[in-house]
Amino acid sequence: MAILVTPSTKIIVQGITGDFGARHAKLSLDYGTQVAAGVTPGKGGQFFEYGANRVPIFNSVADAVKATGATVSVIFVPPPFAADAILEGVDAGLDLAIAITEGIPVRDMIRVKRAMAGQKTRLIGPNCPGVVTPGTGDKSSGGCRIGIAPGYIHKKGHVGVVSRSGTLTYEAVYQLTTRGVGQSTCVGIGGDPVNGTSHLDVVKMFNDDPDTHGIIMIGEIGGNAEVEAARWIKANCRKPVAGFIAGSTAPAGRRMGHAGAIVGGAEDTAAAKIAVFQECGIEVAVTPSDMADALIRAAKAQGVTLS
Amino acid sequence: MNIHEYQAKALFEKFGVPAPRGIAVTAAADIATALAQLPEGPTMVKSQIHAGGRGKGTFTDGFKGGVKFCKTKAAAREIAGKMLGNTLVTAQTGPAGRKVQTLYFTVASDIKKEYYLAILLDRASSRPVIVASTEGGVEIEKVAHETPEKLFKVLVDPAYGLADFQVRDLVTRLGFAGPEAKNAAKLIRALYTMYWETDAAMVEINPLITTPTGEVLALDAKVSFDDNALFRHPDIVALRDFNEEDPKEIEASKHGLNYIALDGDIACLVNGAGLAMSTMDIIKHFGGSPANFLDVGGGATKEQVVAAFKIILGDPNVKGIFVNIFGGIMDCNVIATGIVEAVKEVGLKLPLVVRLEGNNVAAGKATLAASGLTIVSGDSMADAAQKIVQLVA
Repeated sequence: MAILVTPSTKIIVQGITGDFGARHAKLSLDYGTQVAAGVTPGKGGQFFEYGANRVPIFNSVADAVKATGATVSVIFVPPPFAADAILEGVDAGLDLAIAITEGIPVRDMIRVKRAMAGQKTRLIGPNCPGVVTPGTGDKSSGGCRIGIAPGYIHKKGHVGVVSRSGTLTYEAVYQLTTRGVGQSTCVGIGGDPVNGTSHLDVVKMFNDDPDTHGIIMIGEIGGNAEVEAARWIKANCRKPVAGFIAGSTAPAGRRMGHAGAIVGGAEDTAAAKIAVFQECGIEVAVTPSDMADALIRAAKAQGVTLS
Repeated sequence: MNIHEYQAKALFEKFGVPAPRGIAVTAAADIATALAQLPEGPTMVKSQIHAGGRGKGTFTDGFKGGVKFCKTKAAAREIAGKMLGNTLVTAQTGPAGRKVQTLYFTVASDIKKEYYLAILLDRASSRPVIVASTEGGVEIEKVAHETPEKLFKVLVDPAYGLADFQVRDLVTRLGFAGPEAKNAAKLIRALYTMYWETDAAMVEINPLITTPTGEVLALDAKVSFDDNALFRHPDIVALRDFNEEDPKEIEASKHGLNYIALDGDIACLVNGAGLAMSTMDIIKHFGGSPANFLDVGGGATKEQVVAAFKIILGDPNVKGIFVNIFGGIMDCNVIATGIVEAVKEVGLKLPLVVRLEGNNVAAGKATLAASGLTIVSGDSMADAAQKIVQLVA
C-alpha cells in the first residue's frame, strides 16, 4: 500500500495541451502512470498523442470523470485560471486534486479553501511538485507519478516523505535511494501560505499506512505547520521521524522564493521550528545532506527496519 | 510588493479610511508650494522609505529622526531641507541606510489615545484576520508577548466577508463608545474592503488614533501586496518604487531569476527555493557566509545561467561561487554548458565549486571537465559546501 495514490490510480491532466502540462503528462506516461484523460476547454474530442498512447481530451473535468472513471486530477493551468480549475475538480467530485501551478493569488486560494470545506475532494498544493508512489519496475517505473518530480530517482519501499519544497524532496529521495532505502509515497505539499494539505495531514496518513515504516518531514521558515505536525508526532506517532527545516540564514521579512517562506515573527524562524522538532523527538538533519542518514539513525534507535 | 506611506494614504482616501491631510514632495524646490496647501499650524515631516523605525532613525550626517513634529510650517520647511536627499539609517535599513527621495507633510493631529489595527492572512485558518489593540504606537510583537489580553483578533469568513456584528464586537472590546465607536466601525469596514479588493498582503495602521473631537484617524500606514495578484492591479504596480530595491534584485527579476542580496562573501546559484535556502544554510553551517539567495527555477536556460553569473559577480563582496543543482528533470548538461559559457564570458577569477546531480549528470560533468576551466567539483551538498568555504577562507 501507499498513501493517496497507487499505481492503478487513474488521473486527469488539467491543462494537458499547454507546454508544461504536456511535457509532464509525457513523463508520467513514460513512468507507467495511468493518464486516463486530459482537460482543455474547447479541445474536447481531440487526443493527446504520445508514442503508443492516445489520451482523450475533454472540455470539462466532469466529462472526463464520467467517461474514464478517473478520481484524481493534476492542475497545470496558469495562475489566473488555476483557482477555477481546482473548483471544477471539486465540483466533479474528485477524490484528489493536485495543483502544480505556482503564483496563484492568496485571495483566490482563501476562497478555494473555504469553498472546499465539507467537500470530499482533497487538495494538494498549489505550488508543489506533486505526489509519487514508486513502482516495482526499472528505476521505480510502473508507479504513480503525478506532477513534476523526477520519477527515476525513486525506489519502491517504506519511507514516507513530506515537504514544502520540490528540490529538497528530490534531494531526500535521492539520498534514500542511493542508500538502498525505498519510499512508500512522496508528497510535495507546496510552498504557498494557503495550501490544501498540511504536513500534519500527510503525517497522519503515513502513520496509518502499514506500509510506511519511517517518515522524513521537510519544512521551512514561515507559518507554524511544521510545529503543529511535530506536536502531534510527539503525542501520537510511533514511527521514526527525521526532519529538516530550511532557511536558518534567511533574513527576516524577505520572501525566500516560495510565497510562504517568510519569517514573520520569533516563532516561525528555522531555529524555533528546529527546537520544537528536537523537543518532540524528531531526529533533526544537521544539513540537507543528512536527511536520509538522520532517518536511518532514528530508525536504528527505535529498532525499526526501513527497507 | 511594498509601497510608501503617502501612497498607502492615497489608497486610504480612495476607500474611505480617514487620515490626516497630507502632501508628498520629491524636490526641494517644491517644498514651499507643497506646504502652502496645508493649513498653518503643527505639521509632521515624514521621510518616505520602505523600512520601519523611521522616527528613531539617524541620518548619515548625524541629524536625528526621520519623522519630526514641527510646531509651525516654517519649522517644517527647515526640517524638510535637512531630510530630503539625506540618507536615513534605521533598525531595518542596515548600516548603509536609504536615501530619502520623498517627504510627506501631514497636519499634526491632537492625539487623545493611540490604538493598533492591522489586517493580514491568518495562515493557520487560511482566513483574513483583523488584529487590533488598545496599545498603539508601540511594537505589536511586544504587546502580543507581554500583554496578550490587550490584543484582539477577528477571523473573517471569506464566504460572507466581514460581518457587522464582528465589527461592533471589536469596537466594543477596544473600548470605543458614542461617535468614536461609529467612526471606528466605519474605518474598520473601509480598511477591510481595501485589504480584500486590492489583494493586499497586509495593511497596518500603527498608531490609529482618536482625537479630542471624536475623530478616528490612521496616523501611519504600512501596506504591502500579494505579488501573485499584481497581474490584476496595474494601478498598484504603477506605485512600485525601484529606488527602494537592490539594483541586482531588479536585474534578476528581468531574467526570471529569484535573487536576494545578503551580506556574506560566498555567492550561490541553485535551482529550487527550498534547495537555495538550504544551500545558504549549509554554507553557514560549515563556517562560511552566503552572499545571496538565488533560485534559477526548475527550467533554467543557458541564458539565465549566464545572467545569474553576471548578477552574482556584480556584488563586490563575493569571493567565491557555489553552484548547487539537483536537476531532477532539468538537464544537468544545459546548466554545465551555461556555466562554462558564463565563466568564459565574464572571465571568472574567483574559486568556483559546482555540485551537479540528477538528469544527464555524466554529460554535465564531462562538459565541465572538458572546458579546461578550474572548476572544483563537489560530490554532495556537504562536500561541495566545505570545499567552497575552504577556498574562500
